[in-house]
Amino acid sequence: MKAIHKLIEKTRPHFEKGGRFEKLHRTFEAFDTFLAVKGDVTKKGSHIRDAMEMKRTMFHVVIAMIPVLLFGMWNVGYQHYAAIGLEVDLLDQFVFGLLKVLPLIVVSYASGLVVEFIFASIRDHEVNEGFLVSGLLIPLIIPVTTPLWMVAVATVFAVIIGKEVFGGTGMNVLNPALLARAFLFFAYPSYLSGEVWIYTELQQGQQLVDGFSGATPLAVLSTGDIQNLPSVLEMFLGTIPGSIGETSTVAVLLGALVLIATGVGSLRIMISVVVGGLFTGFLFNLFAANPYMEIPPYYHLIMGGFAFGAVYMATDPVTASQTGTGKYIFGFMIGAITLLIRVLNPAYPEGMMLAILLMNVFAPLIDHYVVQAHIKKRLKRLKHARVEVT
Amino acid sequence: MSEPNKNNKKEAMFSPKNQKLLSNPLGKDNPITVQVLGICSVLAITVQLRTSLVMAISVVAVMGLANVIISILRKTIPPRIRIIVQLTVIASLVILVDQLLKAYVYDVSRQLSVFVGLIITNCIIMGRLEAFALNNKPWPSFLDGVGNAAGYGSVLLMVGFFRELLGSGTLMGYQVIPNFLYDLGYENNGFMILPPMALITVGIIIWVHRYRDRNLVDIS
Repeated sequence: MKAIHKLIEKTRPHFEKGGRFEKLHRTFEAFDTFLAVKGDVTKKGSHIRDAMEMKRTMFHVVIAMIPVLLFGMWNVGYQHYAAIGLEVDLLDQFVFGLLKVLPLIVVSYASGLVVEFIFASIRDHEVNEGFLVSGLLIPLIIPVTTPLWMVAVATVFAVIIGKEVFGGTGMNVLNPALLARAFLFFAYPSYLSGEVWIYTELQQGQQLVDGFSGATPLAVLSTGDIQNLPSVLEMFLGTIPGSIGETSTVAVLLGALVLIATGVGSLRIMISVVVGGLFTGFLFNLFAANPYMEIPPYYHLIMGGFAFGAVYMATDPVTASQTGTGKYIFGFMIGAITLLIRVLNPAYPEGMMLAILLMNVFAPLIDHYVVQAHIKKRLKRLKHARVEVT
Repeated sequence: MSEPNKNNKKEAMFSPKNQKLLSNPLGKDNPITVQVLGICSVLAITVQLRTSLVMAISVVAVMGLANVIISILRKTIPPRIRIIVQLTVIASLVILVDQLLKAYVYDVSRQLSVFVGLIITNCIIMGRLEAFALNNKPWPSFLDGVGNAAGYGSVLLMVGFFRELLGSGTLMGYQVIPNFLYDLGYENNGFMILPPMALITVGIIIWVHRYRDRNLVDIS
């Protein structure tokens, strides 16, 4: 630690006013506060302080994503070796996944942070930590086969159009990570749907096993092929094809525990998303017009990105509703719309991304009406009280 | 963009005031990026540069002529029915343009389809007739019409340029992005062909415009 401190203090003058790298001042500051606590001390009367500033908040989210990340890496390897019919041990599977996922993470962080640093320098504001989370979320919600340059383009698009245009971290209307995915989804559809979920680039002497199908459970269902669905246990554990981080409900639940325990993620939103999904699922069961509508509602919670979206995406404190009641409405609508898109719209097998983006746009409106209703209620009570007094 | 410059060389009839009629709509008074009018057609017909160009020229022709005609008639039009007179003039001109397009550039005309007819409802044209041609002499009205149409067309061309280049890898129908890039794994951006991306492109143009001209920032 001391060596780091020394290094920082040694290089500091170069980045201060008049130094050689004055323009990179904000970049330096970001690394400084990332590595060590900032040296500023309260100078006037002290205030109540909490260690939970934005850097720590964001770090809690990153910690919460570790189970998903590790499982996702292993699953990439597991799916790959299963597809080519090779029996290898756990470590080999994990290492294979690690080597495939790591470049995606590096590219996503590098391209996003470059944009952040550029904007921080131009506008002279601090580099915010929001991207620590977005940069890790982006690789987790795309297929492992996505070309690296596409990840870079989508990340740059999401950071500029999704965040910096509105004024940077905390001002964005849409979830940047989901915006990156939506961009990829609409710009390069052939890379984000179909047989892209499993890494199947074969080396010499390898071949795919007979009857191999790289379809996700949702894709299987949208063709009406209920018999070929993986078992509930498989879907719950996550040994199914899908985006890197989304498959395992167990890992997502572990992450949810961390988010709830640290108070970073909103339990209200998570619960109401699940309730919204289950409710709509039961409604579909009542109508049961086709095989897709007849599957048990809880299937939807463990397939595709439902659990991942509910825990990591919908709870984003910036883009979700802020009011308590608003959070219930916001979450419920996400769950309901997700199922509507999944079941009723054959063009999009997965609806979580579009549902969350749509509700992100509506969140401020929900908040507005919740607050207005509250004011009205209070005014009514006030009038009532006055009447009683007189 | 090039049109007003060509005219400027002649001088004589171009007093500084008249010059402003031409240059303002290209810059600080742009109908699209500042007044945010005529967005609908920008989203619809800018998938290719060719259609954008044809549309831009058509609007320049319609708007210039409509302004002149209304300006000549301005003292005889009863105020109570002026809107309907304006519409008749614009509609006649648009029908002429439509027939010309059908005769000479049939394929583009088919791609533009209904949007040539919808020039009639383009609020920029009606707006200029109401705001300018009804109160000014024919020559300034002509300059004003051409200037505003050129301002509209310039944005159209910019959006069309980026959408065709990134969305289809071509410009004016000719392949621009070399084949070896595709071999390396480059893909055309399908999002660029969809209307939402036109909106975002216009947004970026507005952003750049305001960044360069700080006076515009507090207008809203």
